[in-house]
Amino acid sequence: MDAQSSAVGTVAKTESATAVLLRFTPQPEHVRTARLVAVAHARRVGVEAGLLDEVRLAVGEACSRAVGLHQRHCPGEPVVVVLDAVDESDSGLVADRFVVTVADKVSGAVPGQRDGAAAADDGETAAEAAGTEATGAAQDDDEEDLDDAEMGLAVLTGLVDDLDITSGPDGGSVRMGWPVKDF
Amino acid sequence: MDLKLETRDENGRTIVKVGGEIDVYTAPKLREQLVELVGAGKYHLIVDMEDVDFLDSTGLGVLVGGLKRVRAHDGSLRLVCTQERILKIFRITGLTKVFPISDSVEQAVTAVD
Repeated sequence: MDAQSSAVGTVAKTESATAVLLRFTPQPEHVRTARLVAVAHARRVGVEAGLLDEVRLAVGEACSRAVGLHQRHCPGEPVVVVLDAVDESDSGLVADRFVVTVADKVSGAVPGQRDGAAAADDGETAAEAAGTEATGAAQDDDEEDLDDAEMGLAVLTGLVDDLDITSGPDGGSVRMGWPVKDF
Repeated sequence: MDLKLETRDENGRTIVKVGGEIDVYTAPKLREQLVELVGAGKYHLIVDMEDVDFLDSTGLGVLVGGLKRVRAHDGSLRLVCTQERILKIFRITGLTKVFPISDSVEQAVTAVD
């Protein structure tokens, strides 16, 4: 199995016949394409118009995170996105959830205690760290901007209620879900 | 969609008018612009985001980086934004506590930081 088919295999078990699968090289310019596809598919399967901005931003954040991880650790591996409407309540009748899974091939990339929801639980926000650091002198490029990955996770956790970020030896995934009003 | 950047000076401030999408692909261009302005001694910046269609965490990081740069010179960075979908991202991350945000460029130019 080559690298690409392996990456697809990571999320293949979540696919159905109605799924849309995106696979792209870890280049920042492709993230916009992923956002556009996600919104188009979300609209088609019946996600409320008022949630489409949330879908666009969340999918963009998850893809940006995966692109960043791949560029640092495995630039030859593609990022894989699966978008699908699923019958999550097992009603056996209709799909009731629009689910997007963004898979990366980097192991051990799950956020630490200071990231995302963990930081929010402590009453700490990305802004507090930013505000504190903003009073200091400008430093190197790598240090002067708040860590993009941490900020991305803060946005994701603050934005998406149905969010699951996992990591395993073969890579990680960000799974996000939104209700479908009429499939 | 490309990122559009225009700058002009007004009342001792430098206004950076941003249009289009600020994301992981385009944010480096904004970072470059802010770094260039600070390098040229412009320490009081107003970033006008009224024509921004999309902003993600990479864009937020660039703005925070810009704020840190100007503050290192006792400067300021004020945002102009009234779009709810953009303001929501600042609220989620708590950055409304870090950035002064004005409703208009006119208001931002006369604001006391």
